[in-house]
Amino acid sequence: MADIILKAPCNTASAPHRVTAWERLKADRNWLGFWFMLPAGVFLILFLAYPLGLGIWLSFTDARLGRPGDFVGIENYQFLWDDSTFWLTVFNTLLYTSVASVIKFAIGLYLALLLNERLPFKAIIRAVVLIPFIVPTVLSAIAFWWLFDPQFSIISWSLRKLHLISANIDFLGDPWNARWSVIFANIWRGVPFVAITLLAGLQTVSPSLYEAAIIDGSTPWQRFRYITYPLLTPIIAVVMTFSVLFTFTDFQLIWVMTRGGPVNATHLMATFSYQRAIMSGYLGEGAAISTAMIPFLLCAILVSWFGLQRRKWQQGESDD
Amino acid sequence: MTDTFAAKAARMKGVLNAAPPLADSSEGMSYLQTLPRRLVTLYLPLSIILFVLLFPFYWMALTAIKPDNQLLDLDTYSPFWTWTPTLKHITKLLFETDYPIWLWNTMLVAICSTALSLVASVLAAYAIVRLRYRGAQWVGVAIFLAYLVPPSILFIPLSTVVYQYGLFDTPFALILTYPTILIPFSTWLLMGYFKTIPFELEECALIDGASRWQILIRIVLPLAVPGLISAFIFCFTLCWNEFIYALTFISSTQYKTVPVAIVTALVDGDIYRWGSLMAGALIGSLPLVILYAFFVEHYVSAMTGAVKE
Repeated sequence: MADIILKAPCNTASAPHRVTAWERLKADRNWLGFWFMLPAGVFLILFLAYPLGLGIWLSFTDARLGRPGDFVGIENYQFLWDDSTFWLTVFNTLLYTSVASVIKFAIGLYLALLLNERLPFKAIIRAVVLIPFIVPTVLSAIAFWWLFDPQFSIISWSLRKLHLISANIDFLGDPWNARWSVIFANIWRGVPFVAITLLAGLQTVSPSLYEAAIIDGSTPWQRFRYITYPLLTPIIAVVMTFSVLFTFTDFQLIWVMTRGGPVNATHLMATFSYQRAIMSGYLGEGAAISTAMIPFLLCAILVSWFGLQRRKWQQGESDD
Repeated sequence: MTDTFAAKAARMKGVLNAAPPLADSSEGMSYLQTLPRRLVTLYLPLSIILFVLLFPFYWMALTAIKPDNQLLDLDTYSPFWTWTPTLKHITKLLFETDYPIWLWNTMLVAICSTALSLVASVLAAYAIVRLRYRGAQWVGVAIFLAYLVPPSILFIPLSTVVYQYGLFDTPFALILTYPTILIPFSTWLLMGYFKTIPFELEECALIDGASRWQILIRIVLPLAVPGLISAFIFCFTLCWNEFIYALTFISSTQYKTVPVAIVTALVDGDIYRWGSLMAGALIGSLPLVILYAFFVEHYVSAMTGAVKE
């Protein structure tokens, strides 16, 4: 009875004005959401999700450049499993990622702590520190290529003048020298990103915590270990995930400085897949190399995800 | 239950933030340190790091204006300075190569794809944060995951896709594929900005009969201008920096972007190429550095915001 009475006015009100399909499309929350998501969705499905799936499919085919392939099962992976060059690139990639990330983190954190001190011209210094990150990687890689020139390297020249070495260093010609050189270039480019984002995290730590700790007689190391580090952990997790992710999939630096040489000593998985897929034309094999990178990336993403969750939990934010 | 906890935590955070404003704005206790100590522990390491970070740029600029004979003769002339600067490398680059065309290509691709991505991500971010349609949360997560998919695992399948769509070796190959890198990032960034705009404003507008579209254009966007600038600058920089797609999808010289063209077309085995190469690298970085100089704060907030959100 009560229901009928409550419903009645609604019916009479909506009767003369029937909700048309067009109006529902215009006003309904879900439909509206759909329309707003459409442009981004089209881009991401056509040029991101579809290629991602296609890449995994290609890795199971014998596709060549300009010719669709047939399904060959895990043949590409079997081939790679027995290919010593592939294992060399995996080793290079892991070495490159781990060494560069650890050093980037150490120097980045140190630089962030320095920049967090009382400094004259702090804003300018901070702006200048970021410049290596702004300049396109390829262009700074060319500068490094010139700095590491076997004959006219200014580094070799300076060291020779200081009588530290007797002959020029062949930076990019010797396998291990080349590895350390590209790692150095990567660190050089990555440090500003780590430093500036960690600095943003440091600036949210209240100085009163440090003052209290100083009054309690703490050492600088204790203040870092028991105040700075715990408060910074969530942001460190996220920054390092990004850093590891982008180092792991690096292509530009290597391609410009060494093209994977000498004797594949600096080939990373990304440059190796480019060489196999685009330069030699074995799309299927290249796709298999790319797909082999996905498990590593998933690990990084999971770490990042839990890092984000933990941050929210620590700051008592709701999960939105 | 969780709501009350969150509210309590937020209040506590408010109290914590509000209580010691004096202490927060002071310089802490670093004024107690003596100058010699600060010299060793602060200024010395800082200047070493700054030197290493900036030296390649100095070297780039110096090489670009040094005459060729000084470039390769390190012992007769001081390698760290030149008294006879020349514009030869720069004029050669600008008038004897296709460098202006490459610069124009890069600019065109960067502006078009940034504009496309910004429109798409404003709509998407607004829908995820404020329309809260069914499944919006999961779409937000998906966008974040899309941000983590690197171009270097996508370029092989994308090259076949670009070929299928008939875009191969046209600027559209880049204009349409760059947004896949930019949209996830800028959507994520803008979501953070939109969340800070009080929804009471929107409720008022809804009561006054505004449509969602009007709310977005007249209320949300004007308030989110700083976020839009940050997203624009960061996207523009990413476009300018992109290499692997441009290397794979473009083969004719007249459509190449600066980073690819410098590496593929300018490197010609000439022993005197270093001057023009460095001039090319320098001029190619200048637009970004100038843009960055004007919007440092926006850039930093984009970078840290994307990490913190």
